[in-house]
Formats: sequence, structure tokens, C-alpha cells
Amino acid sequence: MIPAIPVDPERRRAVAAALRAVLPARAVLADPEDTRPYECDGLAAYRQLPMVVTLPDDEAQVLAILKVCRELDVPIVPRGAGTGLSGGAQPLADGVVISTARLNRILRVEPYARTAVVQPGVRNLAISEAAAPFNLYYAPDPSSQIACTIGGNVAENSGGVHCLKYGLTVHNVLRVRVCTIEGDVIELGGESLDAPGLDLLAVFIGSEGMLGIVTEVTVKLVPKPAQAQVIMASFDDVATGGNAVASVIAAGIIPAGLEMMDRTSSRMVEPFVKAGYDLDAAAILLCEADGTALEVAEEIARMTEVLREAGASAITVSQSEAERLRFWSGRKNAFPAAGRISPDYYCMDGTIPRKQLAHVLARIEEMETTFGLRCANVFHAGDGNMHPLILFDANQPGELERAEAFGAAILALCVEVGGTITGEHGVGVEKIDSMCVQFRAQELDAFFAVKRAFDPRMLLNPNKAIPTLNRCAELGSMRVSGGVLPFAHLPRF
Amino acid sequence: MQNIVEQFQEAVRAAARDKRPLRIRGGGTRDWYGQRLEGDILATRDYTGIVDYEPTELVITARCGTPLAEIEAALAERGQMLAFEPPYFGAGATIGGAIASGLSGPRRANSGAVRDFVLGCKLLDGKGDVLTFGGQVMKNVAGYDVSRLQAGALGTLGLLLEVSVKVLPRAPREATLVFEGVAEVDAIRRLNEWAGQPLPVSASCWHGGMLALRLSGANAAVDAAIRALGGDVMPDCARFWESLREQRHAFFEGKHDPDAAVWRLSVPSTVGAIVLGSPQLIEWGGAQRWLRAPGDAQTAERIRATVRACGGHATLFRGGDKSVGVFQPLARPVAAIHERLKAGFDPAGIFNPGRMY
Repeated sequence: MIPAIPVDPERRRAVAAALRAVLPARAVLADPEDTRPYECDGLAAYRQLPMVVTLPDDEAQVLAILKVCRELDVPIVPRGAGTGLSGGAQPLADGVVISTARLNRILRVEPYARTAVVQPGVRNLAISEAAAPFNLYYAPDPSSQIACTIGGNVAENSGGVHCLKYGLTVHNVLRVRVCTIEGDVIELGGESLDAPGLDLLAVFIGSEGMLGIVTEVTVKLVPKPAQAQVIMASFDDVATGGNAVASVIAAGIIPAGLEMMDRTSSRMVEPFVKAGYDLDAAAILLCEADGTALEVAEEIARMTEVLREAGASAITVSQSEAERLRFWSGRKNAFPAAGRISPDYYCMDGTIPRKQLAHVLARIEEMETTFGLRCANVFHAGDGNMHPLILFDANQPGELERAEAFGAAILALCVEVGGTITGEHGVGVEKIDSMCVQFRAQELDAFFAVKRAFDPRMLLNPNKAIPTLNRCAELGSMRVSGGVLPFAHLPRF
Repeated sequence: MQNIVEQFQEAVRAAARDKRPLRIRGGGTRDWYGQRLEGDILATRDYTGIVDYEPTELVITARCGTPLAEIEAALAERGQMLAFEPPYFGAGATIGGAIASGLSGPRRANSGAVRDFVLGCKLLDGKGDVLTFGGQVMKNVAGYDVSRLQAGALGTLGLLLEVSVKVLPRAPREATLVFEGVAEVDAIRRLNEWAGQPLPVSASCWHGGMLALRLSGANAAVDAAIRALGGDVMPDCARFWESLREQRHAFFEGKHDPDAAVWRLSVPSTVGAIVLGSPQLIEWGGAQRWLRAPGDAQTAERIRATVRACGGHATLFRGGDKSVGVFQPLARPVAAIHERLKAGFDPAGIFNPGRMY
């Protein structure tokens, strides 16, 4: 946790005046009363009042803001709905926030081309709602989809519970229109299936607002499956559940959704949503099939057989849409449920090879004792992305620090077993130190080369996502080339 | 294998010191592709072998010189496949070449491109350092996605030593429907309409009035689609799709006009018939159109202007006069980003210079 830095009032006056000269008055907020709502994103433990907040109405205004920032050498933090969990939109005391709140128009829905062209501030769910009359939808469905914006999804390469079958943001965005820090407007990707040159779209997606400001996004829409059904399977131990997931994949099935919860999680959510979970099971697996009625029936029958053979102790198949949604409601409400039983919780986002699941969960259980905190585990079992929820109380002295150390230890474990420190929430400010565990100086250098290629002035969302070598050296946790992780350094109290 | 990497590193460091270009070469089956070849050959074929294949994780990791055929055979044994259906263009094709050239086969419009399946890589950069990006997991947002950037980079950013690729199960059933006497504009319309419905389409092709549609999926889904769409079921269809993928189909052989170049037009799938006065073959639901036309400057100008107006781009894919520019020129600020990226990964400019632009 970083202490907040005071904003220099002189500098604020000068920057706000320069911005007001080129923008409508309502598009510039500089009074702390007005900028307070922007002091954090979903990573609420980190707060910093921004110097100035801007709310452009169109691309011309975005370019005007960039010009002022360029001339006055002011760093910029782009911001969508502020639902991000890694502090990617955390403001800077000497920086300008560019909010996409007013860039919120759906420009076109093209049912024949199966695309939608939208501004970055359009909510994820709003795209699917606009496409619904044509029996189409936008596939990536992060659990914050009711609030999060497509601009934020592009910045984080957001996933969701259906990405094993339907892919991440990078697989579902065809084109972005971007204002560069130099004031150029460029298009990456296109409405054709590829573009000439290097695949800059692939590198831009998931770049956490550090390479350019998006003003328009073309997304792919896909046909809505006629039907979906979900299996809820119980397992007496987590390892059997993990192996069952492998068996489903080995059988050649790609379920539309494949999610697992441990007992701590199911007991946590059940009183909250009454999903009808088996509270004695060590792990619950939700396994969904979608498609035509015939396809779903065929796949559900195959999956049921595989899960039974893999040792499921109980199997229930949803018999109605209401029941399907009820089974999912527990999984989708795991985070709010954690907030209900614990004053605070810290959501982690590591990804591991699936075969390591039982091992990793056992190690996390040991860590509960080490750090003296409880941890509930929800798991995108299909793609190996785990969300351990560390429960703590920030009002108890030392608990936040212990929760952070617990989190860092989990991430180091993810790297150790061949995984990664973040599957879909991004690095932001939260996991920037863990980047020193996953990457060596040479790779970090290469990341900075990418950064400089787009933003030679280093003004866009600086000091996020990619740690400087100095920062890593200070942490003392640099990986030795080809060596093992120096775990001794990791728990940082 | 480690000593091969050390040899690569030595070669790269020496080349960087002497500013002498290197030409990365796997199977050499696509030497004809790209703007120009320059430099001493850096052969990757000995750096071979599947490093890790975990069918239940849906991931395979292999060294760059591994024959594509070896990888596809290993996957087929476990009922899986490379869903981007990469072309070989010859017996020696390697996985490194398949990724670096970024070329996807008939399944592209439905399953995704090479870049959609790249999960991680080891890259030897222009300083001779081995860098690791991404990993073997499907969801990974730690750092910029440098691995996917290698797909289609034609080796201009470094030597792709090792790559991890997502794989998918083969569909239980595959069938191809044929519709005869279909006009080009009707084919384009039908393909776009079908793509908006939940049909298990996995490839499509229109040429000279014949529309072919491949269906892959659950038995029930394929059967239902056959009943709903009509048409005739093509016997021995695997050979047909392979002939397209490998460009051995009569259209590409060019019996009528052997001197004409092959142009690749990448356009929004909904663009109607692009009238350029030469024969065309349409794939990818309308999004990829092949054209046999001269590869001279005047024709190139006309093709590029027309395709740009449609919202697409044209590549002088095979043959023709390469001085017209193989790839569509980039907008100035985008070209500047390319130059800075190249300078960042390959400061001495030694890797495949001029292969792309």
C-alpha cells in the first residue's frame, strides 16, 4: 500500500486552465470535491486524489487533452467504469485522468456483418443488449459486465466464465481506433480478419492503458445459442474434482462454462443466494453445455457419464432456465458473498496449469495457517484461472499487510508451478512487484521497448504494470537467469 | 539442444557486431513469401522436438524446427488438432515457420487465426538474449502480449525458439455440402447469413459457381445442419480442403494463365463481388478472396485502391513483380511504431531485414 501524495495546487491550476482553454467547462474537474470519486478503482485499498479529471465528449477533445498533456509534460491515466481490480486506473497526484464516461455511444450494430462499433465507454452488457434483437451477443462476460466498459475490457483483455469456448477480449475485438500520445489517430486491426504488418492489435489488447487512448472499438458478435444446460457435480475431495475436469477435456468436450468452488466458497455463498449447493462436498463443479437442443442433450449425456466415471459423488442437471441461473448465481456472487461474511477481502487472479490444482490448493491451505487468514477458492477450472479470496479485516492492525503478503505468496506459487500472476485482472499497481518474480531484466527491457514504441514520452499510465529494474532490485526478488525462485525474499511484511 | 541455442546466440551476437543480416529458415517451404530474402541462413531445423504436450491442458509446446507433420500426428493420436489449420506448402514445414508466417487455413473464419492460439514463446532477440513471454496457460495478462505479436512477424523481431500453442479437440463429425450454380453475390450473401446463425460451419469456399461448406461438430449438430441447408454431401472432402489449404486446387495451379500472380485480398466478409476482371476464389465466409491477376505496378495500384475502398488490404501472395510492394503500405504513424518495435527487439537490424517491409 502506497501513501497518497498531495496534489500541488499551483500545478493543478495551470494544467486545469490549459485544459479549460480547449475543452467545454463541464469536461474538466479540478476541485477535490469533484475529483474525489476518481481516487480509486476496484482496488479500493489504494487511494490517490488525481490532479485533474477530464470527461471528453469526442475524439477531437481527446486529442486536445493529449496535446495539452504533451506540451505540459503531464502523465495521463485513462479510466472506464473503474471496476478494475488491480489499480490500473489509479490516478496520479501529478496526472490527468481521461474518463470515457461520455464516450458512451453504440455507433452501429451490423447484424449482417455480425459486428458492433462502439465508443470505449459503452458497458460490456449494453453491447449484448443492443445485439439481442438480432439473436447475437458479445461473448466475453466478465462478472462485472453490468458495469464495466469495453474500453476497460480492451485494456485488461478481460475474460469471463465462458472464455474456454468463446475466447477472451483479444479473440473478440476486430479493430480499435486509437489516439496516440503524439496526437495521431491510428487504427489497429480492421473489419477484415487481419491487417497488414505486425499484429499490433494483439499487443494493444491487455496493455492496461499504457499504449494509447481508445476512441472506438469494433467487436465481433456471435449467434446466441438456442439453449444451455448446466451440470452441478459434487466431489469428496478437490483432487478428484480437478481430475474430473481433465477427464472432460480428454473426452474431447469443450464445455461452454467450467467452474469449480471449494467448500469454503460454497458455504460462504449458500446463505446469500440459496443456490442449492451441496455443502458437504469438498468441491463443486459447474459444467455447462450450449447449442441447439439436440447438441445440448448429446453433450450433457456425455459429460454426465464422464463426471460419474471420474468419481462425482452427486450429479444434478438443471431442468429449467431458472434452475440453470440459480446454479450459476452462487458462483457469480462469490465476491459479494465474501464481502458479506468478511469486512474486507482480497481477490487474487493467478493462472496455473490445471493439473497443479490439487497441489496449489493444498499449499494455499497451509498458507492460511502461515498468515493467519482464511481463503475461499473459486476457480475457472476450464482455463486454470483461480480467484482465491483472502478474507481479512483492514481495521485490525497488520491484517492488510498480511493479506497482501499472502496474496504475493500465492502468486509466487502460481509462477513456480508454471503459471502466471494474473489471468484476467491485470497487473496495474497491485501486482507490479510480482512481475519481478515472473520476468527477468531482459524481458522487462523488452516490455519497455514495446512501451516506447507506442509512447516514446512515457506519459500514458506510467509506473503501472511493468516494474523498472530499479524497483525489482530494491525488492531483492529478481529472478536469477535460469535459476529457481528466491522464495526466501517473498513474504514481505 | 542447449548447445544449439548457444550456437544461435553466438551467430546472432556475431551478426549484430558485424551488422550482417541473418535469414531465419526452418523448412524453407515459404521462401517465396514476403518482400525479399537477405542475409546468411540461420537454419532452425535441428532445433527440434516436442517439449511438452498435455492433452488435458489443451496445450502443446515445441521447438521451432519441429516438423509441423510431427506435431499434427502427435495431436491426431489424442484426437486433437491445430485449429488454425496451418498450410505446409511443402514437406519440410516447421512449427516455427507456421507461426512466424502467420498464415491460417480454411478454418480461420470459424476457429481463429494463428495469433489466436499462441500462448507463449521463447524468443532469441537481436542482442542474443533468450526471452520468455506468455506461458502454457490460456489466460495470462502479465506484461504485453509479445507472444501473439510473433505470429505473422516473419521473424523480423527475433528467432522464435520455442512456442506454446493452444490445441482443440477434433469434432466427432465432419461433412461438406456442395451447392452448384451459385452466383458470386449469392454465395457471399448466403455465407454471411449462415454465419449469423448457430450452425457448425468450419470452412467455406466459392469458385466458378460452386459453393462448398464444411460442417464440423457434434453428430446431432452436423446432421441437423445438413437437413436444414440442403445441398449435396461431397465425398472425400478432406482432400478438397487440403487442396485449398496447400493451394494445389486448380485455381492456384493457374492452368489458364500460368503467368498471373496470386493476390490475397483480405476484406470485410460482407463486401459484395469485387470486380477486378480476373478469376477469384472466395474463402473464410467471404473475408479472404484470392485473385489471379498480373503482378505489375499498374495492376497493383488498381487492386490496392479497390480493396482499400472496401475496407481491406491486398497482398501480392505469390509470383508477380515484388517491386510493387508485397504488403499493403502502412499509415505513417503505424509504420513509425513498427520501426521502433524493430529497433527495440533487434537494434542492429539483423533479423530478416526487408522480409516484411
